[in-house]
Order: sequence, then structure tokens, then C-alpha cells
Amino acid sequence: MSGTKTKADTELSAAELDTLRLIAGHMIPASSRHGIPGADDPAIFADISGSLDRDASCVREALALADGLAGGRLAQADPAAQMRTLARFKAAYPALAGTIESVVARCYYRDKRVLESIGMEPRAPFPEGYAVEQGDWSLLDPVRARGRIYRDGG
Amino acid sequence: MVARNDPVDVVIIGAGASGAAVAWALADTRMQIVCLEQGGWPDPSRFPSASLDWEAQSMDDYAISPNRRDLPEDYPINDDDSPIKIANYNGVGGGTVFYAAHFPRLHPSDFRVRSLDGVADDWPLDYQTLEPYYALNDQMMGIAALAGDPAYPEKAAVMPPIPLGRTGERLGQAMNGLGWHWWPSDAAIATHEYEGRAPCINLGQCGSGCAQGAKASADVTYWPQAIRSRIELRTRCRVSRIEADDQDMATGVHYVDENGHERFQPAQIVIMACNGVGTPRILLNSASGRFPDGLANSSGLVGKNLMLHPYAQIRGHFDEPLDGYRGPPICTWSMEFYETDPSRDFVRGYCFQFSRGLGPARTAINGMADGLMPWGEGHHDAFRRLFERSAGMVSICEDLPEETNRVTLDPGRSDRDGVPAPRITYRLSDNTRKMLDHSIARGTEILKAAGARDITVKSPLPYAGWHLLGTARMGADPDRSVVNEWGRSHDVKNLFIVDGSIFVTSGGVNPTSTIQALALYIADQIKTRIYDLFD
Repeated sequence: MSGTKTKADTELSAAELDTLRLIAGHMIPASSRHGIPGADDPAIFADISGSLDRDASCVREALALADGLAGGRLAQADPAAQMRTLARFKAAYPALAGTIESVVARCYYRDKRVLESIGMEPRAPFPEGYAVEQGDWSLLDPVRARGRIYRDGG
Repeated sequence: MVARNDPVDVVIIGAGASGAAVAWALADTRMQIVCLEQGGWPDPSRFPSASLDWEAQSMDDYAISPNRRDLPEDYPINDDDSPIKIANYNGVGGGTVFYAAHFPRLHPSDFRVRSLDGVADDWPLDYQTLEPYYALNDQMMGIAALAGDPAYPEKAAVMPPIPLGRTGERLGQAMNGLGWHWWPSDAAIATHEYEGRAPCINLGQCGSGCAQGAKASADVTYWPQAIRSRIELRTRCRVSRIEADDQDMATGVHYVDENGHERFQPAQIVIMACNGVGTPRILLNSASGRFPDGLANSSGLVGKNLMLHPYAQIRGHFDEPLDGYRGPPICTWSMEFYETDPSRDFVRGYCFQFSRGLGPARTAINGMADGLMPWGEGHHDAFRRLFERSAGMVSICEDLPEETNRVTLDPGRSDRDGVPAPRITYRLSDNTRKMLDHSIARGTEILKAAGARDITVKSPLPYAGWHLLGTARMGADPDRSVVNEWGRSHDVKNLFIVDGSIFVTSGGVNPTSTIQALALYIADQIKTRIYDLFD
């Protein structure tokens, strides 16, 4: 957590949590075809809401604006109105929408179920590392054949 | 009451790329040398790549922006008046802890831009003068490279190059089709065991610290050797200003120690290694009755001529998987458009650095921001079209010096110790804009030749202000430069600067190898001139 943030700074109210959960679920819904949860899955959403840290104030601002566009509480609007409101929100406040996208994606794409579904081993890169092919070094032959391309310093 | 330490021969401010190199190079003088570093030692076991949430950490405590990190060792930088935001790392190793380890040298022509191209100023030294120091630095840092690059004078490879991978191959084939230069990057990455460093295992997270220790950051290269040679490194000590006497000689530095106590460190020689923002910040904050415009600033150039290397980023997506998030992110470079070409509408040039893919969270964040990945049902299919299928490049454009691009002190902002924060004022020149546009057109051409779809462009790349150059330039003329041909202040004869501040021009490549070669060169000058150093 950054140096100056306290828990009170980063915790959302119940109403704010409702709005954020709704947006997260709209952004990345569950998929039965891919067999994965949505970003509003309880475990993933708990991770999202507990990891706001440096983005908490921007997220709060974004949620207030989204609720305002809905005329009160976005979570209480009917589904069609929610979709329209979110489209307006993204168009009117792209930077804040980007912050919400970032806080959601950062947590969604570290969930083990999600990682396995996209073909990743759910592990830290270190200490096992990864394999990368050397590649075909003979591809450089034409570059060598062309010869020097730099200028002298005069 | 400010506590006064016992005097030392040399105090170095900053333990990054240049501070580490100059400390090591001066160790054999047996002078008593102390380095003051505002941050601590990086802990590789806590680097993001050692955790499952590596991507999230690289956007928080390991973010490249000091304003985003806001950790105790960071100082705020007001970059609101710049399209390019400042990046740094405050701790032992400095920016090398977070850099991508892409390690090109400047080219011979970079030192002669006035003579060759009629712009800016020539450097007071040349490539041949620095060449032995580049070579020494390559050994000290442990550089992986492939000898024979036709874009450079001959230079030796210390270790075999990092892998091309599928990305390097794919883009290399496209470059061959176009008839354009490309080559494996010189990389400050161990490809086999080297001086106690383990070989690279393709963690893919060079940009947020190497948990393996394969990447040559100064904390694992120069510093262990310097400390064994009895250089003292004091961490969490933030220097606020340099004191000078009425003989125009520096007497030492004021700093706040790890316990928050103000101290004064007397020294015979002061060496600044604080980067192109930190150095002018301290010099300007060292203003006094005798030096009303800041220390070493009789030229009025301290803080001016800031160069940041504007980047354009061009990325595309392919139908088959490439390397994805695995491997050193940067694999190859091109110097095809580096030298001035009179047929273009700009002078000087740029290099391309070609890069592999992104992790899943970055893929999603960028995909949504770029309009390639919708909210809702289409998210998952769109994600799968992009993930592990992206590759691209950035162009690193030569940024010519302009006095209006500058670092000043922000009267309204300070760090935790009350030291005024730096403020950045920076504009892109017309020449730079034309260069960026040219690189976007050529980069797009390359990606199309490679078979890419969904090509995206960001120009200038906002969060890419890594290269902090030119704010205390070197030169023979005291009216047109801050330090002389060997890094000594014109005004204060026992004050030296060894960081990127002293660059006369920026070239179009990453500067760390040149910064360190200059630091080694200046250390040699101090040693060979020791008996008349202050004359």
C-alpha cells in the first residue's frame, strides 16, 4: 500500500460496492462456453474491492458519476437502463473508465480459474521461468551482407 | 542543530547507474568515499516476478512513476506540464533496477551533430575517446550481444545474445523483406552464469526487477565490488543541498538520514549522480547569497535543455501465438532510420526496439483502452484473439536540446523531508513530431509486412520518461555549459557530475551504457589529474 493511504481511504461503502460489482460483471461476464466466472464472482470481486489502494479515490469518483448518470443508484436501474448508462459513462469519462478497467482486469487475470482457462499455469514466473526458442540466426545473413550503415564522427 | 559527520575525501550523491560506476572506478585510489542514496537496497525476493500477482504489483509498488508509487524513498515530480511523464526508481541501482536492460551505445555521429547535421552542439569528446570505457562497462555489467552489427563500429560480445524467439524471427523476416537493418539487441542480461549472476530464465519482467538476478542492475554488478573495495554506501539518506564556501568550493552536503535527522557530510570532492531531474533539483536548491541562481549555474543552464526521448509505440496482433509474456521483453533493434537522411523532413533519427508480448492483465487493459476488446459477452473471444499474439516496437526519437524544456523547483510541492519537488516543463518540437510520424508510418509498414492485424499506435507514449538528459550539459565554454569536458563544474572546481544531465545531445538510443561509460571516463580523469584537479 502506498505510503500515505489508510484502510479508511481505500474501503468502499456498501452502495459503492454494489455499483462496482455491477460494472465489473458487465465488463467481464461469466462464460459457460469458456467455463469461467465473471469479474463479479464473489472471490474475484473480493480481491478487486480489497486491492483498490492507489486507485480508490478515482474509483469512488467514477462510481459517483456512473450513479449520477443513472439518476441515483445504477445497481437499482433496470438492465436496459444499466447498459445505456454504462455506454454513456464510458463515452463521457474514458480516463475514469480506464481506471475501472485496470482495477478489474488486474484481479480478474490473476484468478487461478481464469489463468487455467487461458492456458497459463497459475504460478509466479520465478523460480521456474519459461522457455523461449532461440530462433533462426541465419535470418541475419542478409543484414550482414548489406554491410556497414553507420556514419563516422567526421 | 545539524549533526556534522567526520569529513571524507569524496561524497557521491546517488547509487544508481552512474554513482555505482564512479564509486567502483575510484575505489583503487584508496580515498575515503561515501555514497548517499535516498532509497534502500532492492530485495529481489519481493520483486513482482516472484509472486502470482506480478502484473498488479508492477502497476503499484513497482510502478515506474514515482508519483504513482509514492513510497517513502520517492519524491514527487510535477510533470503536469509535459506530455511525457517521468519514470524512475529510487534505491540502490537506480533506474537499472527497472530498466529493460536494452543496452545500445551512442553512435559515432551522435557526438558530432553540429559538424555533421548543423544542429545543436558537438560533444567535447568523441566515440573513440569513450570506446574503452564502453568496453570496460560491457565487461562490468555483463552484456549479451552478437558481434558484427553493421550499425556500429566493431565491438566485442561478452556473452551470447538473448533469444530471438518467435517474435524476433517473425519481425526479422519482415525486415529482411523490406531490406531494412535489424539486429539482436545488446542486452544487460546474463545468458550464462557470469560473475555470480545466474543466467536468464525468461521471467519476462525485466521492467519491474529481476528476481533471478540475471539482469545487470547496478546493485548486483558494480556495488558488490565497490563495497568489497571499502566504499561506504549509506542508504535512506536524502541529500537536500550542497554547501559551498566563499572560495567557490563545495564543502559538503546536507542530508536527512534514515532516522529523519538532518546531518552535514563534509567532503573534499562532491560527485552528483542523481539523474537529469535529481541533479538540477539539488543544484537549484543549493542557491545561496553567493550563488543566487543555484550552485554551478553561472551559465543559467542548470535545469535547461531537458531531453526525454519521445517514443511512439506501434503494436500489432498475429494469428498464431508468439512469445507472449515470456523472455526479455525487448529482443531486437533496428538502426535503419538512425542517421540523418536529407530526403526526410526532419534531422537526426531514431532507433526501433522490437518487443514481445504482454501478460494477461496488460493484454486486457490495453485491449479495452484501444477499443479491441469490448465490455460484455464479446470480452472473452476478443481476449483470446490478442493474448500471446501481440508484438511490436517503440521508436526512440532523438530529442534535440531546447532551453524551454526544463526542470525547475516547484514552489508549491515538496517531498517528505521538505525539499522542493522538481517541476517539468516540456514540449515536443516540430522536428520531433515529424520524426514520430515517420516512425509510425515505418513501424506500421513493418507490422503489415509481418502479417499483423489490429495495429495500434500511441504517440508520444505518455508513461515513458525514462531517459532524463541534458540539464547540466558538458562543454568547453563556461557560458554554454555547466561542466567541462571531463565532468567538473566550471564554477565549483571540486564538484563533478556524472549522470545523464551532462549529455550535450540525446542520440536516439537508450542512454545507460553511455551514462556509465562517461562516469568511468570522468573517474579516470579525476585519477589522472589528481594533483591539479582543482586548478
